[in-house]
Amino acid sequence: MAAATTISQYSRYNAKVARNRATSEPVWIRWALIGISLAFLTLFLFIPLAAVFTEALRKGFETYIAALVEPDALSAIQLTLVAAAIAVPLNLVFGVAAAWAIAKFEFKGKSILITLIDLPFAVSPVIAGLIYVLIFGLQGWFGEWLSDHDFKVIFAIPGIVLATIFVTFPFIARELIPLMQAQGKEEEEAGLVLGASGWQIFWKVTLPNIKWGLLYGVILTNARAMGEFGAVSVVSGHIRGLTNTMPLHVEILYNEYNYAAAFAVASLLAFLALVTLALKSFIEWQTARSAQINEASADE
Amino acid sequence: MAKRKHVLPGFTLSLGYTILYLSLLVLIPLAATFAKTMELSFEQFWDIVTAPRVVASYKLTFGASLIGALINAVFGLLTAWVLVRYTFPGKKLIDALVDLPFALPTAVAGIALTAVYASNGWIGSLLEPHGIKVAFTPLGVVVALTFIGLPFVVRTVQPVLEDLEAEAEEAAASLGANRWQTFYKIILPAIWPALLTGFAVAFARAVGEYGSVIFIAGNMPMVSEITPLIIITKLEQYDYTGATAVAVVMLVISFLLLLAINGLQWWSAQRQIASR
Amino acid sequence: MSIEIRNVTKNFGSFSALNNVSLDVPSGELVALLGPSGCGKTTLLRIIAGLESPDGGNILFHGNDATERDVRERQVGFVFQHYALFRHMTVFENVAFGLRVRPRATRPSNDEIKRRVHELLELVQLDWLADRYPPQLSGGQRQRIALARALAVEPRVLLLDEPFGALDAKVRKDLRRWLRRLHDELHITSVFVTHDQEEALEVADRIVVMNHGNVEQIGSPQEVYDNPASPFVYKFLGNVNLFHSRVTAGRANIGEIELQLDDHHEAQDSPAFAYVRPHDIEILKERTGEPSFEAVVSYVHAIGPLVRLELERADHTELVEAELTRERFKELDIAEGARVFVQPRNVRVFLDPASTS
Repeated sequence: MAAATTISQYSRYNAKVARNRATSEPVWIRWALIGISLAFLTLFLFIPLAAVFTEALRKGFETYIAALVEPDALSAIQLTLVAAAIAVPLNLVFGVAAAWAIAKFEFKGKSILITLIDLPFAVSPVIAGLIYVLIFGLQGWFGEWLSDHDFKVIFAIPGIVLATIFVTFPFIARELIPLMQAQGKEEEEAGLVLGASGWQIFWKVTLPNIKWGLLYGVILTNARAMGEFGAVSVVSGHIRGLTNTMPLHVEILYNEYNYAAAFAVASLLAFLALVTLALKSFIEWQTARSAQINEASADE
Repeated sequence: MAKRKHVLPGFTLSLGYTILYLSLLVLIPLAATFAKTMELSFEQFWDIVTAPRVVASYKLTFGASLIGALINAVFGLLTAWVLVRYTFPGKKLIDALVDLPFALPTAVAGIALTAVYASNGWIGSLLEPHGIKVAFTPLGVVVALTFIGLPFVVRTVQPVLEDLEAEAEEAAASLGANRWQTFYKIILPAIWPALLTGFAVAFARAVGEYGSVIFIAGNMPMVSEITPLIIITKLEQYDYTGATAVAVVMLVISFLLLLAINGLQWWSAQRQIASR
Repeated sequence: MSIEIRNVTKNFGSFSALNNVSLDVPSGELVALLGPSGCGKTTLLRIIAGLESPDGGNILFHGNDATERDVRERQVGFVFQHYALFRHMTVFENVAFGLRVRPRATRPSNDEIKRRVHELLELVQLDWLADRYPPQLSGGQRQRIALARALAVEPRVLLLDEPFGALDAKVRKDLRRWLRRLHDELHITSVFVTHDQEEALEVADRIVVMNHGNVEQIGSPQEVYDNPASPFVYKFLGNVNLFHSRVTAGRANIGEIELQLDDHHEAQDSPAFAYVRPHDIEILKERTGEPSFEAVVSYVHAIGPLVRLELERADHTELVEAELTRERFKELDIAEGARVFVQPRNVRVFLDPASTS
């Protein structure tokens, strides 16, 4: 059909234009640029990454495993998982709510709201920890009330969770807002005209359209939540086996010159980061592929 | 006359929840820092935030952040260019790994960089004979801040570079421009807002960075002590007002940077729209 | 079901999208809202659907006030400009959506849904596409699926926003004839928005011409084309020649020509505009008794069934456009540069609004 040709023309137009001599560089410049770029990335990225794993295994595989299964390490891993398990769902609900309000409605002060959501990203993690100390610490606003009721926030798990929420606050919302804005609200309106309720529209129309972006937001939030150091360091109190998360455990081991153990725990976190990046690439590949398949089959 | 009605459901619920959550977890706690500084007179506040050791930390934090962001502007642009324009083995892997500094916990980055750039490390041992010391010097701070800012320039410039139309470059070539002229007269102006945005984000992140820096910096007062560390030190000495005063200075600077970034992004978006 | 629109007003900030609009859509008719972009036609359609709420005025469905009624309760079918098909659902699931989201009590059984969806897909002649996803369809197919989906909820009113806007010329023509036939079959009260006058003239029972948030004219395609109520409608529907003129006591002067008008008896030497369709321009080789003016043929465009002439008036700098049949053109036997006499028929004169107010 005639309309189908327009689609395929569009995809051809969108495809990378084969570059000719007028719009590309001589071969030697090309390779020189690639070389400089790779050298830079090697110095700042690849070597440090490789160092994490070699240092971790320097004293052999047994020392490596031993560093991971000793009780303090296990309790740090457990606490890290607990903090992430609370912070990520809370920020998930917030991110979806914020993106829904911002992407689907017009209201005054919207750009201020977006800036405020971005705020935790611009604030130093150390300050993120400090603000909760000022509120819930012993000399803080609620300090006295909390100690009267024998409830600890600072130097305890609630403080760690709060700090983690703060530093991972914007990621899901930032991922979803542009995505949902780009998708517009026509599909939701169509659902509405066809008689769907608000929740039905969200579950059946909106969610399937944003699922990949949402998933990426969640894994990124998770990676940052598990790896947060500065903010958690301020509120944790560094009590071994009680309020140490994995990154704090790494610090303690490192400061005790127990490098092999420090890097062993660090390698777990680095592995988590690599898995996050792999999932991200997979998601990008998945979205690109489904777009391609759709366009290709429209050619018939 | 009639109230403005939103047709899609959930506006009040989603916006209300957003504002409540934002206020409870971010805005009110941040306001607490300002409230805390009110306990000080202006002279006291001024004395704390302009103490020589604190001023030295500003110089280091902002100087190293600036150098790091500049390095990233140059090499980030180059990396984005190489990833968009050329094909070479391992490109996909490298493209994926560019985000590593964002996904890798800062403490891990800190100890890894220290291990590599210490005088007995893989790179440090090569530099040592030339009299260059990286770890435990201000140079180490620059290295750490370059590392954590690396993804931002690449990831803001990359999509703009991908969207550039080959036609504009072909037109420039047909009008007699050489490749270099085409780059700085056609391509660079088009990606300029994105490049500035990436630079500003890398700078803003670097200013507040803590985890990756403290391991490699050596943390010597007046020499290699960053401002976030000053805050931590004051906190550990239970000097809450002192810590908060320095924090307020940093917060104000962060706000200003955030506003600048938003302005740049707006400018960048306008450019994108206008070029369509 | 009939739709009545009573004094509807809608502003977006300081922009007035609809300015006290009233109109009736009789039951079973196919009505076109026609106008340039920004004239408020889409806003009006969305207000009828309940996707937008008016700042003032009322919408009546079958005589009952529906202004405050929720979209979901209005029982309207809405076809979006870009179709708004659910990307992640098959064609079948898209059409079934409106039935599946009903409360359990009124929801048809799965077999019933299946039967209904296939019935609708057959109606739009796309049953064979049931398992495809929207991005795999051509524009014309998407359009028809969007229509099937809208019809699935058995709407009492069908609303279509620029239904053919995103299609290319050939598909557009096929689809609008198909839509007309479909309407003749189903007889659902339908309103569609378009900026394409040809489309409105061909498909609609009745045309509502809109401009700047106001209704300029309502009438059958014949009425609005032959008797435009305002200069805007003249210009918007088809080509037209505009002559500067002066009107005194019901008589208008266009160059040497003097015309007796049915109205404007009270005007005294008022500036005015006279409108004549190109096919109402008679070309003569010699002056007859009828009023005419002299002109030179400056351009001949003779492709297709009609011959288009551009003429330069001898007494004025204005260009005149004329359309002749091929037979008439041959009969006249003229070429570029020929001197002819121009005799306008069916002239409509409107006083210059700038000078009357």
